[in-house]
Amino acid sequence: MDLLEYQAKELFAEYGVPIPQGKVASTAEQAGQVAEEFAAAKPGAKPLAVIKAQVKTGGRGKAGGVKLADTPEEAQEKAARILGMDIKGHTVHTVLVAEDTDIAQEYYLSFLLDRSERTFLSMCSVEGGVEIEEVARTKPEALAKIPVSPLTGVDHAKALEIVRAGGLPPEAQEGAAQLAERLWAVFTDEDATLVEVNPLVYTGDGRVVALDAKVTLDDNASFRQDWERFADPSAVDPIEARAKAKHLNYVKLDGSVGIIGNGAGLVMSTLDVVAYAGEEFGGVRPANFLDIGGGASAEVMANGLDIVLSDPSVRSVLVNVFGGITSCDEVANGIVSALALLAERGEEVRHPIVVRLDGNKAHEGRRILAEAALPVVEQVATMDDAARRAAELAAAASNGA
Amino acid sequence: MAIFLTADSRVIVQGITGSEGRKHGARMIAAGTNIVGGTNPRKAGQTIELSGQEVPVFASVGDAMAATGADVSVVFVPPAGTKAAVIEAIDAQIPLVIVITEGVPVHDTAAFWAHAVATGNVTRIVGPNCPGVASPGKSNAGIIPADITAEGRIGLVSKSGTLTYQMMYELRDIGFSTAVGIGGDPIIGTTHIDCLSAFQDDPETDAIVMIGEIGGDAEERAAAFIEKNVTKPVIAYVAGFTAPEGKTMGHAGAIISGSAGTAQAKKEALEKVGVRVGRTPSETAGLVREVMQAR
Repeated sequence: MDLLEYQAKELFAEYGVPIPQGKVASTAEQAGQVAEEFAAAKPGAKPLAVIKAQVKTGGRGKAGGVKLADTPEEAQEKAARILGMDIKGHTVHTVLVAEDTDIAQEYYLSFLLDRSERTFLSMCSVEGGVEIEEVARTKPEALAKIPVSPLTGVDHAKALEIVRAGGLPPEAQEGAAQLAERLWAVFTDEDATLVEVNPLVYTGDGRVVALDAKVTLDDNASFRQDWERFADPSAVDPIEARAKAKHLNYVKLDGSVGIIGNGAGLVMSTLDVVAYAGEEFGGVRPANFLDIGGGASAEVMANGLDIVLSDPSVRSVLVNVFGGITSCDEVANGIVSALALLAERGEEVRHPIVVRLDGNKAHEGRRILAEAALPVVEQVATMDDAARRAAELAAAASNGA
Repeated sequence: MAIFLTADSRVIVQGITGSEGRKHGARMIAAGTNIVGGTNPRKAGQTIELSGQEVPVFASVGDAMAATGADVSVVFVPPAGTKAAVIEAIDAQIPLVIVITEGVPVHDTAAFWAHAVATGNVTRIVGPNCPGVASPGKSNAGIIPADITAEGRIGLVSKSGTLTYQMMYELRDIGFSTAVGIGGDPIIGTTHIDCLSAFQDDPETDAIVMIGEIGGDAEERAAAFIEKNVTKPVIAYVAGFTAPEGKTMGHAGAIISGSAGTAQAKKEALEKVGVRVGRTPSETAGLVREVMQAR
């Protein structure tokens, strides 16, 4: 789970990582009020405040999502312009109104997972404030990469090693090292897979401050963390939210073939195979990723079909199941009762459903479906042919519509 | 011979009294695995009946090894207890621990991996979030269905469970020496490279199937390894060409970050070193069939 900047900064503040004063606002009026508070505390400050779009994507500065304001009125006006803006497909629902910081120098600092080395990594550079991928490409020698052991972590000496390796000047090292130690505490205690500060700022009056904040949390650790407060309903696709409530692993995509399968790898593969087959039919693509996992009961199948069919762009559905531990007769029974259940709810399924069952008890499963003789269900023996048929049906439905 | 798991393997189950441990313990016994015990500190000294066999329960991996000569442990402990369970196995110096548990926090995996490295890498770790290791006809440690394939001379290494099953099933007439499900988490113990190396050295393996997916650079690193070290034919499949950037596709590790971790990059890296990459699982199985029949 990615946090918004203001949420990441709330965490930083809890751990004593220095950040500029700021408050989140969801209306222009609120933004103006925050700026009023700044004006009262620091009369005549110019610029008075920075208005920053809160979106989970980079490049918001270039997109016009970060603006300076000299007066509360101007803050309100700039916030009004930023709120509702679309930045790379993300709608801006909130802005962070922060006090302006007197920037003398900009650095980069992060802790992250090093998948290849199976450990943690700190990256630090005196070249901050720009895309770090850009620094890595054009000036790799300016980006220090220091491995951090999960066993020994980051103490003051390690923190100093990191900021020195990044080439930070002597006057900034002590402050940056203190900040790095606290940032490491955020990384470990909060089960983060990334904490990034870009820019890390050395101010005109000699302080080191996290001007921006990016945090990614490990969803697997949610059982031992209190992350409800970071939920961001506005940013989640409504179908994804409903799927999550039903404990289904669903990702919305942009095509027209609804996909249901078992196992993450098989479902990912099913999306690819549908996209290949769809090339033949004018670029038909998968509409979603949905992994119903092992042991798909009738209820899980009904929920799955319900979720997939609630996407208005779906024209056909492909159910692709390989019975490993799951047995295909249960899956077939699941499909039969799911369709009955949906009909009972008054949501009778009209889109064609292509089913491919293979593996454990595939014969029984196929027989159950054949005997049920459901008008919308069509069985195809192989994954490739089933994908092709589902794409063909989706194309036909789209052309007919 | 197979790799990692043979007919001589003596297997214990950590978490044998839990529902998953019991269910899959029984399935493993039914598949012919030599299950010699299990652990649960609160039920030490008792026995548990699995698939008609009385299986002794021990307090710890160390106790189980001392009493039974166990050399493989399969971990079904829930995520909150997985780190402690794996560290216990490492400290007991069991040669192989297979971590089936899904949903282990990555900080915990990083910690037990670091502990393994710091104590000399005596224990091979497979997983977490993996279906386990199966050497058909010999032993089956984990949750890979035993009856979908047969003994043969193909080696398989995969990040995905169901794609592993699919491949084993499609090639059941040719059969497998060993299939290793290495798991779909961002940090895993045994890697594609470890398995490629072991299959290269295994006289009972003629060709290797490698199944990868989006996220990380394990496939790219495997490609570099194959170029230098693998002379046996390798056929690969990569899932996730249609996955969007920044979305986790089921497996915790299956995520494209920026331009890194794409299926296309992995496919190109593999093809560059002469690995044939199938467009679909069935096409991949077809390529393996060609290679095996040409031998």
